[in-house]
Amino acid sequence: MADKNGFLLRIITPDRVFYENQVDMVEFNTTEGEVGILPGHIPMTVIVKPGILCIGEPEGEKLAALHAGFAEILPEGVTILAEVIEWPGEIDEARAVAAKERAEGRLQDKTPDTDIARAETALQRAIVRIQALK
Amino acid sequence: MASMRDIKRRKSSIQGTQQITKAMKLVSTVKLQRARASAERSKDYFTCMYDTVNSILRRVGNIEHRYLTAGNSAKKAVIVITSNRGLAGGYNSNVTKLVTKHPEWKKEDVQLYCLGNKGRETFARYGYEIKECDNDIVESPTYGDAAALSAKLLEAFAAGEIGEIYLAYTRFRNTVSHIPTLLRLLPVEVSQEEEEAHSGKEAAAIMNFEPEDSEALDMLIPKYVTSLIYGALRESVASENGARMQAMDNATSNAEEMISDLTLKYNRARQGSITQELTEIIAGAEALG
Repeated sequence: MADKNGFLLRIITPDRVFYENQVDMVEFNTTEGEVGILPGHIPMTVIVKPGILCIGEPEGEKLAALHAGFAEILPEGVTILAEVIEWPGEIDEARAVAAKERAEGRLQDKTPDTDIARAETALQRAIVRIQALK
Repeated sequence: MASMRDIKRRKSSIQGTQQITKAMKLVSTVKLQRARASAERSKDYFTCMYDTVNSILRRVGNIEHRYLTAGNSAKKAVIVITSNRGLAGGYNSNVTKLVTKHPEWKKEDVQLYCLGNKGRETFARYGYEIKECDNDIVESPTYGDAAALSAKLLEAFAAGEIGEIYLAYTRFRNTVSHIPTLLRLLPVEVSQEEEEAHSGKEAAAIMNFEPEDSEALDMLIPKYVTSLIYGALRESVASENGARMQAMDNATSNAEEMISDLTLKYNRARQGSITQELTEIIAGAEALG
């Protein structure tokens, strides 16, 4: 049950305060699956997986591409310490598409030296960026 | 008394030096403004990360975790952040002294990761073991650089090659006050006073982890170490430019003082030589008449 005031969402990156506002809801992808957080959540720490971050503001929804970091969830607020996060306006579509193709190429013609984990992360990132643009 | 020509030469050489120090001061002032702005922007992340990890560790209580207990090795890895260039007053030596003058550390037990050429030079002279050295990081620190370094250190820590990890850097308090600081990165320490202050009100709230505690800490602590290194780099760069600005300001005003002193001496010598010439002319005229 959501109370009227919502909760305080803070998103901080190493270089700036990305977002800070009262929100009704926030959704993002974690290592354990997608989560949606409403006010009064039990204290929890989750690790972020690449995915779309959806901020439910009273006026409407806001999207961002969240790639890495972790979130500390408390009943009174959520703090996301994001290593990499972008608003859709900051994403270079051509670069994301190129990166996706490159990563797919690397995963297809695998050689013993291919760093599969790295290629997969790169692919995931590119996919999230492209999704965020839509 | 020195001759007029000598004084003049010395004066112009000091004027040349003064111009250089003045220019360096202006350059470091501009750099300081930029570095300070970026240090302040990343400070939020830095302090927030520190608070979050501390509060998480308080909530989980005493769990067994490889990052929370010291390794068996007596070796200590120390990341020392200095500058690449000198002329920054006591900036570099204050940081290196944290290591060389440490009361409990033996030289053999310390492994250094030098960021910045000045620190490397000093430690090489003292005969410390320099494990790694990277001079480009301090010019323009990026989060990726910090992540690469912390990954390397954590690997060595996990393999048991090192027992503790420290970070020596200069904290940037404000433009004139920079504090050389030694911080223990691993094992993570929860500060005692805070623990007491928080134990009352937060005892009821128990932190849940998704995934499991130890798995979550496995992922969190590398991020924590990286962010501390990154924050320290940013602050050190700001401190370096602040220290250089101060040092160059002092040098400029010293030069100013010397120049005014020499100007006075020069004028005296000039007056003396005119008086002497006059006396000679008058004496010559009198002898003829």
